[in-house]
Amino acid sequence: MKEATKKRVLVNKIVLTLATLSAVAGLMFLGWILFVLAYNGIEALNSNIFIYDGAPPGYKESGLRHALVGQAMLVVTATLIGVPAGLLAGTYLSEYGQNSKFANFIRDISDIMMSAPSIVIGAFVYAILVAPVGHFNGWAGSCALAIMMIPIILRTTDDMLSLVPQTLREAAAALGAPKYKVILQVVYRGAKTGIITGILLSIARIAGETAPLLFTSFSNSFFSTDMNQPIASLTVTIYNYATSPYADWQKLGWAAAFILALFVLGTNIIGRLIIKQRKR
Amino acid sequence: MKNIADMIFKNLVTFFAISVLIILVAIFTVLFNEAKPAIDAFGFDFITNEKWAPNLEIFGGYPAIYGSIVSTFIAMIIATPIAIGIAIFLSEISPQFLKSPVGTSIELLAAIPSIIYGMWGLFYFAPILRDIFGGTGLGLLTAGIVLSIMILPFIAAITRDAMNTTPDILKESAYALGATKWDVIKNIIIPYAKAGVIGSIILALGRAIGETMAVTFVMGNVHKIPKQLTDPATSIPVTLANEFAEADTDLYYSALFYLALILFLISFVVIGLAKFYFLRKVRKAS
Repeated sequence: MKEATKKRVLVNKIVLTLATLSAVAGLMFLGWILFVLAYNGIEALNSNIFIYDGAPPGYKESGLRHALVGQAMLVVTATLIGVPAGLLAGTYLSEYGQNSKFANFIRDISDIMMSAPSIVIGAFVYAILVAPVGHFNGWAGSCALAIMMIPIILRTTDDMLSLVPQTLREAAAALGAPKYKVILQVVYRGAKTGIITGILLSIARIAGETAPLLFTSFSNSFFSTDMNQPIASLTVTIYNYATSPYADWQKLGWAAAFILALFVLGTNIIGRLIIKQRKR
Repeated sequence: MKNIADMIFKNLVTFFAISVLIILVAIFTVLFNEAKPAIDAFGFDFITNEKWAPNLEIFGGYPAIYGSIVSTFIAMIIATPIAIGIAIFLSEISPQFLKSPVGTSIELLAAIPSIIYGMWGLFYFAPILRDIFGGTGLGLLTAGIVLSIMILPFIAAITRDAMNTTPDILKESAYALGATKWDVIKNIIIPYAKAGVIGSIILALGRAIGETMAVTFVMGNVHKIPKQLTDPATSIPVTLANEFAEADTDLYYSALFYLALILFLISFVVIGLAKFYFLRKVRKAS
């Protein structure tokens, strides 16, 4: 009897130690990756990066302005397409569809789309927006990103709108407001913070995407704001520079990765903080 | 007047809800259409054919499919126990003041863009494996390990949530009988959270199989069945990422779409299974 208890206590200790070590391992990898990013990124970071565009390896006056501007254009355009579409679809689910079969079906579909391989979405957009035009273009890149954004915004909007108390809607309706006005002026206002957080998180998510851009917006070594033409993005530039054999390009790649990570992780943390505050 | 505005708004939001379905159907249709020439040319043998020779217009998807499956399998073997360990730590061991920071940090692993995993894998992780196993350091094993780190947070977070749904009274009853923490975890919490744990593992598998950039950096991109796990290989997403922009013949282009279609079908089935069969309960609870 005593032996058995001893064994149980020992096994318990071993397993709990292993579980703790797992957590330490996870944190260690996070720390390692962040350290590598900061170490290489800060070293490579200087004002040239924001002033100059990409240049052949060996040039001193070489920077990331083209990629930063291109990235901003791609993300902003994707946001302009994805946010209204996701927001309105989410509004349907929460305000009209509710728990109907169709609404749940759409929720399921968007859950699947949220996890779909991004490179497949890139291939899809290539077939409909790049191949027919004959050349890579910025619009296609934005559309690919928007397709990834819609399900995220749809789900958060749906969740956030359903948190708005029913009594608010009833009160507004009792005053004679039509349903669309109740939604636009009362429900949206009540869920504003949550919706904005969802938008922030979805922007953070798509900003780090590379695969769907590889063959939609492609990349551009030069400064360009023409969305009908290939356009540079931070992520594809990182890919091109990091896989190149030139030390100075690799360095620029690290600088770009550092800037991207600052943006993505920063936005993510801010979003989480807002959600946490609301839950209290 | 009031009714017209209401009707317009309702139709507008309904249209956007339906558009999600339209996009999904469009993805399937377009992938299938573009893959059609390759499907006609190679049929289902495409899946088992080992030869990928664009210059001869011979395309077999087996090396890419093999690479996807093996790298994902390695990732699952490594990630599952560690992630469940993390979940156990977060839900049962961690002192209260550590729960939130450790949990958030682990979840941040999921927020790091995959291209950054790729860079880290190529410049820092692959050289270590090269020193240990020889070769180039690029290949299935490296890809599997990098993937495992990326999917840790998915399994850990969902498993933790599922574990947290265990009623306290069950745990307390077991403790009162003299059970150790591990007894409680093994006999009460894990059986209770089983559906969520399995669901999270399958969901992570779906993510891993479609992951592109991190793997593209460290896979080596060789269209052959590797002799060892440390040899360079390829996978479906890696092949797409590397060759899509340079596919110069119609059949080449179509063969890539065939691969994309296979990848989409696999991930669709896997994610669907995880979400609708296993994660229903967890989703409702959280």
